[in-house]
Amino acid sequence: MSGEEWMMIAGMSAVTFGIRYFLFAVADRLQLAPWLLDSLKFIPPAVLTAITVPAVVLPNGEWNLSPANPYLIAALVSLVAGVASRNLLLTITAGLLAFFAHRLLW
Amino acid sequence: MNIESADPRARQRQELFAGVRDTAPLLLGAFPFGLIYGALAASSGLSATAAMLMAICVFAGSSQFIAIGLVAAHTPVAIIVFTTLIVNLRHMLYSATLLPYLRHLPQKWRIPLAFWLTDETFAVTIHRFQRDDDSPYKHWYQLGSSLAMYLNWQFWCLLGLLLGTRIPDAQAWGLDVAMPVTFIGMLIPFVKSKPVAVCVLTAGAASLLTWQLPYKLGILVATFAGITAGLLAQRISNRLINQSDCR
Repeated sequence: MSGEEWMMIAGMSAVTFGIRYFLFAVADRLQLAPWLLDSLKFIPPAVLTAITVPAVVLPNGEWNLSPANPYLIAALVSLVAGVASRNLLLTITAGLLAFFAHRLLW
Repeated sequence: MNIESADPRARQRQELFAGVRDTAPLLLGAFPFGLIYGALAASSGLSATAAMLMAICVFAGSSQFIAIGLVAAHTPVAIIVFTTLIVNLRHMLYSATLLPYLRHLPQKWRIPLAFWLTDETFAVTIHRFQRDDDSPYKHWYQLGSSLAMYLNWQFWCLLGLLLGTRIPDAQAWGLDVAMPVTFIGMLIPFVKSKPVAVCVLTAGAASLLTWQLPYKLGILVATFAGITAGLLAQRISNRLINQSDCR
């Protein structure tokens, strides 16, 4: 391993752990305002959506809102399967199957 | 109360295994990424030791991928570290959400749980914390989820590195579809009210307007747009409820 690689991994580890730990570290001295506490429940759905939608609508960084887009079809199938079944494993499996079926058949 | 639930060790173990069990479906979603990571690292010029050490010490899928891409493009170390910082900022939102549930724990718990905090473990664990029972061992559930994600990720990264260049064109297989379908599965249980639905629709629309921002900043901007819209929607719906109460 080169010195540059050591520096990169040390730096990446430090910032990643720092971000994850910072609020936990000072938790005892931290009082969140009521409106902030209110906003916490929106965080998980907002982040998950913000990551997922572009990955599906713009796979490979190009707009593709058509039935020819296997990522879009997989997402829609897993969405329907998930809402209907409320089962995580089934949601993922249905999406993966739809994706590979689309690639084979389209 | 039965005898088993009176024994703290048995209850801790129960929580731990429940965390592993509820995370199991997400392990499926992580495996193609580990494999692709290993295969890509082999062709990026990063040494196999460094690629594995990165998985062990950084343990953050998206920034590991981005780092490999930047290494292949001969990007200076400082830029790679800075990009990691920006891409991982969302984890601070996660720790803020978990804060009320973990603040009573000693640092020897907070440190490892922070190190192992991922999108997946967060999304699974927050439901456990929010469930309406007074179990004092819910952090054991998060530990179970964390360990499952960590060991699973290391295993697939190692396998990807060992197979390395022998996986031809791993990226072209489209295995990256595992991420969106996994995230959709994680997203659905959160959408239980109209304000959350408004939040999701806004975050989705905003993500399509901001995806071109550098360092994946669009994720953060879209997240804040979604949170703001959700708060506004909640305020409006509360006001409507109050009005109908007064009538």
